Amino acid sequence: MALIEFEHVSKTFAHTGGARLLRDHLDDRLRRRHRSVFYALKDVSFQLNHGESLAIVGGNGAGKSTLLSLVAGLCQPNEGRVAVNGRVAALLELGSGFHPDLTGRENVGLNASLLGLSRKRTEECFDTIVEFSGIGDFIDEPLRTFSSGMVMRLAFSVAVHVDPDILIVDEVLAVGDQSFQAKSFDRICEFKRLGKTLLFVSHVPEMIRALCDRALWLDHGQAIQLGAPDEVLRAYAGNSAIVL
Amino acid sequence: MWNGDYGFLLSNLVKKDFKIRYRNMSLGVFWSLLNPLVTMAALVFVFSKIFPNTQPHFPVFILCGLVPFTFFTLAWSSGTGSLLDNSSIMKRVPIPREIIPIAAVLGNCAHLLIQIALLLTFTLAFGLGVNRYWLWLPVVWGMEVIFVCGLALLTSAANVYIRDTRYLVESINTILFWMVPIFYSFSAVPQQFRGIYELNPIAALALALRNILMSGTPPRTILMLKLAGSSLFMLGLGLVAFRKMKQGFYDYL
Repeated sequence: MALIEFEHVSKTFAHTGGARLLRDHLDDRLRRRHRSVFYALKDVSFQLNHGESLAIVGGNGAGKSTLLSLVAGLCQPNEGRVAVNGRVAALLELGSGFHPDLTGRENVGLNASLLGLSRKRTEECFDTIVEFSGIGDFIDEPLRTFSSGMVMRLAFSVAVHVDPDILIVDEVLAVGDQSFQAKSFDRICEFKRLGKTLLFVSHVPEMIRALCDRALWLDHGQAIQLGAPDEVLRAYAGNSAIVL
Repeated sequence: MWNGDYGFLLSNLVKKDFKIRYRNMSLGVFWSLLNPLVTMAALVFVFSKIFPNTQPHFPVFILCGLVPFTFFTLAWSSGTGSLLDNSSIMKRVPIPREIIPIAAVLGNCAHLLIQIALLLTFTLAFGLGVNRYWLWLPVVWGMEVIFVCGLALLTSAANVYIRDTRYLVESINTILFWMVPIFYSFSAVPQQFRGIYELNPIAALALALRNILMSGTPPRTILMLKLAGSSLFMLGLGLVAFRKMKQGFYDYL
């Protein structure tokens, strides 16, 4: 059974981002106006099996984040079918729910609970999380005293302690200094060795070649090419060069 | 989709609200006491010196209305704005959405407990003793929390689609101050309006509190039934409406 299955999936958004004030709603109703929609994803199909890794490439606004949000269950498709069988951890943004006035320790608890870790597991992992982040004694200081690199390192450390079947990573590997990046990269490789499924958005070709079995190239919401990373990256690079 | 630890998440969200609120106040919990005390003092002055009345234990009488009213307005308005205030979480983590407005309401409960302590202190200080009907207190407060949770689910979801909802809620809260018997007694309300008054859970709670704390009588059965009925109905309505509206949250946030 495929872990992730997309069948002719389309996702649209209203051009206005949705009418937000009472005035706009009344306006639409009275003038019988239908706001035009645009397709963030259009007729995309693919399957991802257990232990497989897929990279998604494409320019800004190609629909990469929308695709990840659909897998993460944050939104529903307007057309087609999305099936996800397994526990998903989505690292779409590091440090969800982080608050500057809370201490590092309090933020770790809040963030871990948002990502779905249980109280028990958070307590068990706490020391390894702090050690992995390299934050040290700062852990009991308010987050606003941290450097931005430290915040991201702490956030990443919590995120890698979620134990999912499917790991979704959205360009978050570019955090911290070089040694921390190497450490995070190792961690993702370990996920892969354990036979987890990886869904990965990145602009770094070396990383895609190292981590992924297949790549999907999206452009303006449409799937242009799905295949071996080398082929797709070559086609994508060629296309980008022409556009540039 | 999300199969984490509900209790752990809820307690973390509630703790976050509480800590953020109090960490930036030099006097901390003292503010929770000061606000109702000042309002009560002003009301006592107006309604004993300017409009004289014969109500005994007038400060306790006012607090019985003021404490539930203050909790209601604070919890409802913070609940209504909660989904937008946490939009970054909503767009990035697939947690069950209902937990956000509920956590916002429960985050006000610490504040409420402090004010209940104030109310009980005043009750004892005015020589109104403890009686066995005090056992009703957790029940009636629980009903109010349930009612506000239901209402906040409804208005927080509506606020995502129509951002004016927040202002509507604030206006209703202003009017409600006059529509809840805070500084007047229920017996002053004309007979034909009393049935409606009892359906308003905040008014019903004020009445029940005065029965329990001031007269030492149990709250009337019919009043408790109306309070329970309207609270549970509101929670059900809130959950159903929220479930319907949450499909579109991602597009509107």
